[in-house]
Amino acid sequence: MIVRISGEGQYRLDDSHHTQLNELDDAVVAAVDGGDEDAFHAAFEELLQFVRGNGEPLADDDLSASDHILPPADLTFPEAGEEFTGDGLIPEPS
Amino acid sequence: MPGMSGRFSTVVKAKISKLLDKAEDPAETLDYSYTKQLENLQNVKKGIADIVTAKKRLQMQSSKIEQSVVKLDTQARQALSAGNEDLARVALERKNVAQTELQGLDQQVAELEAQQQKLVDSEQQLRAKVEAFRTKKEVIKAQYNAAEAQVRISEAATGVGEQMADVGLAMQRAVDKTENMKARADAVQELEAAGTFDDLTALGSGGDDIDRQLKELSSSSVVDDELAKMKAELGSGAAPQQIEGGESQ
Repeated sequence: MIVRISGEGQYRLDDSHHTQLNELDDAVVAAVDGGDEDAFHAAFEELLQFVRGNGEPLADDDLSASDHILPPADLTFPEAGEEFTGDGLIPEPS
Repeated sequence: MPGMSGRFSTVVKAKISKLLDKAEDPAETLDYSYTKQLENLQNVKKGIADIVTAKKRLQMQSSKIEQSVVKLDTQARQALSAGNEDLARVALERKNVAQTELQGLDQQVAELEAQQQKLVDSEQQLRAKVEAFRTKKEVIKAQYNAAEAQVRISEAATGVGEQMADVGLAMQRAVDKTENMKARADAVQELEAAGTFDDLTALGSGGDDIDRQLKELSSSSVVDDELAKMKAELGSGAAPQQIEGGESQ
């Protein structure tokens, strides 16, 4: 799967990472739902680091579309309230 | 992109469907899409230039105020050696306000610098994708099986459209930040225009309207501390010297 971090670039991740990615995404939703700003920043950073650490950056001239788009790293807590709701940005594995 | 959620994805989807607006004739769609991509690239370059301009303005303000800080510090010392503690205090109050503004400005310059770098990187990615699209465009045109072409166009345009939307979002965030900074830069300019950071020797003994406002703006504890420190330095050091005119040394 291809995941884009907005304002940063696209990464190709093995599909086997989906479950872990979804868990990290859910943790961000939980922090946002709980109104815990510090927990949000920690969880969101962990999610982004997971993508950067496990993903292979796509070449600039690659025209592949992303399967998931994550917000930019400087996302504020109020903005997060609009993004991370319900199942979050990564759907539950089927 | 089935199942993609979130505001950022929504913006991306809207951008891509706009890019594929004229879907009847594949060749036409390709050329239209490519033209739009070039326009977008041009806009990104302009946007980056605007941010650089905003940054330069802040940097100029910052260096002017930096000069004022040095000058006011010198004047406070001179006033104190001449035994004029009131004037020294006024100079230090001004220096205190100037330093606070300076910190704010420097932080904003650093933020803009980071935004600019991000946009330059994004623009580079977009340029590479637009170029890849141009190459692919000719291949698709040549192959001409309409249904197949349509699919390939859609794929290629999606890749570029996503990057376009992403640069657009980054640009919007940068512009929003720049707007906030303009407000601060304007406020600093007002202080400057009111003579806040001016040469004190041109002012006489102080006590005017500016000084009244400055007393409110500056932190008296910081000013007291600095005054005490300066006194100690002067007391243990050089003999009192004549107060000098601002520009005449």
